[in-house]
Amino acid sequence: MNWFIAFLGSSIGKKLMMALTGLCFCLFLSIHLIGNLTLYGGKAMFLSYVEHLHALGPLISVAEFGLLTFAIIHVSTGLILFWQNLQARPIRYKVSKRAGGRTIGSSTMPYTGVLILIFIVIHLLNFHFIDHSRQTVFQAMNYTFSALPYVIFYTSAVIVVAIHVSHGFWSLFQTLGANHTKYMPAIKGLGIILSVIFAAGFGFIPVYVGFIM
Amino acid sequence: MISKTINLTLKVWRQNREEKKGRLENYHAKDISVDMSFLEMIDVVNEDLTKNRKEPIAFDHDCREGICGMCGAVINGRVHGHEKETTLCQLHMRHFSDGDTIVIEPWRSRAFPLIKDLVVDRSALDRIIAAGGYISVNTGGAPDANGLPIAREVAETAFNAAACIGCGACVAACPNASAMLFVSAKVSHLALLPQGRPEAAKRVQAMVRLMDECGFGNCSNETECEAECPKGISILNIAWLNREFLKAEFS
Repeated sequence: MNWFIAFLGSSIGKKLMMALTGLCFCLFLSIHLIGNLTLYGGKAMFLSYVEHLHALGPLISVAEFGLLTFAIIHVSTGLILFWQNLQARPIRYKVSKRAGGRTIGSSTMPYTGVLILIFIVIHLLNFHFIDHSRQTVFQAMNYTFSALPYVIFYTSAVIVVAIHVSHGFWSLFQTLGANHTKYMPAIKGLGIILSVIFAAGFGFIPVYVGFIM
Repeated sequence: MISKTINLTLKVWRQNREEKKGRLENYHAKDISVDMSFLEMIDVVNEDLTKNRKEPIAFDHDCREGICGMCGAVINGRVHGHEKETTLCQLHMRHFSDGDTIVIEPWRSRAFPLIKDLVVDRSALDRIIAAGGYISVNTGGAPDANGLPIAREVAETAFNAAACIGCGACVAACPNASAMLFVSAKVSHLALLPQGRPEAAKRVQAMVRLMDECGFGNCSNETECEAECPKGISILNIAWLNREFLKAEFS
């Protein structure tokens, strides 16, 4: 067991934890988005989706526990990496220019990460930790997105998520050692497509609920 | 034939061995031939400083033909200057214009303590090599040249990784001051070839552990290292390093 703890503490071990938990979040986001799309089928279809989801019972609790564990691992490891990386260059350059490697996504990972954490807490307060006996998720959604600031907040938050994913997705494959000249361009392309789908798919829902529905 | 000359303003990081803090100081580089290399330009400035009984600018250099890995500085925020796949000694003054101001700073990393001015101690990279960046051939005669067939593609890939000159540009360019590209080049170069396989697992574990101990940052796949490497070492090597390390740890 000691070897495993030592492995997780190594620089590559920490990267692997970020990669694997990140992969799980990408899968979760995909499932979450597919579920949310039932909204476009109308109130009845959306509520039927919610009902079917909750009918899974213990499976939902397991999934929630898993996501919480992954979130704790992802956030704490990310913060440790951020702190260690700051320490690794105590004296910064007076003049620093990019050579073309960094992207908006890669250079903002820790910051977008913290913003996403704040967003998730607010999102859970709006839709998860509410009295479900007094209102349906549909009502909570209608209520939340009737306020313009919330529409703006949710839509911007998912754009931040998309920026995070734009670097995170290909990066996790690189960390897992799955970089190959033949496949990497496709993986990078898929990462960008996935980010755009997340931004557009999740980002349009508040606008749809607030203004169109 | 008289070549074109230019005049430059240099802002050079100056810091003595005893000093805790350094500063950028201004110098004028006059009548610099555009055919000179960057290091020759500093030589001219140093000549002038010495004549005026001032301390010349300390900088590392050796072969001056881009193969030894001794030279290097951050020029206007770019590692080894702005030219692609070029060491500082191979960066020529024709890439600068008359009247330019050039900021020259040393490699910045906790693992590379500053010795003087632009000279940093890169022995951390040597310690990583000593930890496992070799193959053990303890005895015996030289094997027959064709006794161990190696596919051309494999040999080429290993050679591309072996092109690393250990200059430390990857560390200097990395936003996290990580040495992953250097370590990955050394690991791939040896692990790809049959002579390196027997010690591959032990090697990658020892080299990664030492890299972590030296105080380098963690790789976050920013890929600035690949963009700045004077030998064009690919981050494919980092993926291989990750794979080799995972394989070694879980077996």
